Amino acid sequence: MNKTCLHQKHLELKAKMVDFSGWDMPLSYGSQLDEHMAVRSKAGIFDVSHMTVFSLVGNQTEQFLSYVFANDIAKVKNKNKAIYGTILNNDGGILDDLIVYSCNGKYWIVSNCGTKSKNTSWFKKHAIEFSVDVNLMDEFSIIALQGPLAKEHIAKIVEIESASQLTAFGVMDFKGGLIARTGYTGEDGFEFIVPRDVGIEIWNKAIELGIAPIGLAARDSLRLEAGLNLYGNDMDENYHPFESGLGWTIDFSNAERKFIGRAALERIDSKTSKKITGVILKDRGVLRPGYRLQSNSGEGVILSGTFSPILQKSIALARVDSCMNDEAVAIIREKEFSVDLVSSRFLKQDKIMK
Amino acid sequence: MREIPGDLKFLSSHEWARIEDDGTVTVGISDHAQDLLGDIVFVELPEVGKILSAEGEAAIVESVKAASDVYSPLSGEIIAVNSLLEDNPEIVNESPYEDGWFFKIKPDNLDELADLLDAESYADSCED
Repeated sequence: MNKTCLHQKHLELKAKMVDFSGWDMPLSYGSQLDEHMAVRSKAGIFDVSHMTVFSLVGNQTEQFLSYVFANDIAKVKNKNKAIYGTILNNDGGILDDLIVYSCNGKYWIVSNCGTKSKNTSWFKKHAIEFSVDVNLMDEFSIIALQGPLAKEHIAKIVEIESASQLTAFGVMDFKGGLIARTGYTGEDGFEFIVPRDVGIEIWNKAIELGIAPIGLAARDSLRLEAGLNLYGNDMDENYHPFESGLGWTIDFSNAERKFIGRAALERIDSKTSKKITGVILKDRGVLRPGYRLQSNSGEGVILSGTFSPILQKSIALARVDSCMNDEAVAIIREKEFSVDLVSSRFLKQDKIMK
Repeated sequence: MREIPGDLKFLSSHEWARIEDDGTVTVGISDHAQDLLGDIVFVELPEVGKILSAEGEAAIVESVKAASDVYSPLSGEIIAVNSLLEDNPEIVNESPYEDGWFFKIKPDNLDELADLLDAESYADSCED
């Protein structure tokens, strides 16, 4: 089993550990619901070092990214910025979702953990014609600081003032690694992609400051409340971005840019494709992956589901027919339960309701 | 982990049964079960008057992580349910052997108790 450099720290904090794609990772340190609310109301710190870091080196790195990445890397060229998007196969199916970090001429990628070997071969295969070196940065750790108080804590943790001045998706160099204003919770926050010893320092300082350690269980309910997809649940190679709520990450604006998957996507009518919707269960219960949705206007299936601590109801992402109405039922243990189909930005709805 | 009360009998699927002085049986899930499930957010209880068979499905408990069936350790009729759990399912996490009980049954045949595990055997089965 793979272990991050913070593995011992998790054990000391009495985390419940779980096998996550071959990594022994903290599921929670106590109550998942308490951890979730700590991130929504204050701040929390996550070890997400199981994720994969690549660095790309070569004069034609931008051309390479312009070809393999479906969002347009030109948006962050010569800027210290990160950009979210997908890599597609030739049929337009999603191979992975990832973030590319552009910082002072460097290009780094953080992608999922379960897709590591697949992505490594894919990148290396396509990098040849651009003479780009694709390097796995296995000696790096990734730590996320997330929550409304993240901005107050950041200066104390990294001892540089400028980090708190980063704008959304802004990136800066830090001790041989990067700090970026990114995250996976729907809250303000920062992610550190840094050498292991720096990662341990950051973690220790955060714990000393009383910032709550957050496990993968709360990470999942936080991302789902924010309406953020999870690779393997809400998207995979069998579905294209329009069917996965990610049409907004596909950039066709430069007609000259021949990225992988473009030709296939251009043949698809996104208006009649299946779509991703948010789902709120009106009754008590919890929506789970695989549950069917039915209505008189179409059907669908739950991809990710959880209990939302903020809404105090079960929420889910589902893939449904494009014409599906807002009123539907979920089939739970052969019984029908009323659901509302809503925007997947569940957090915003909470703010509207208040 | 909490100590397992010695007067309880168990199914290996983590339900406990306690024989009360009036001959009725109270049923809940073990501390080990609530710990495996994590934060419990929903409990679906049976209706009073329902007839259950031993090891038949009686209730459903849902945590953030998973849904799980709760089986009846004995056959009999449901005579009471813990309706507190409807609004406060977290009681099962906090007090699995006391306030977090699920339902009470009037047992058909107390001889069925012999088929259940005692506290020690149950604890052993959890370690396997």
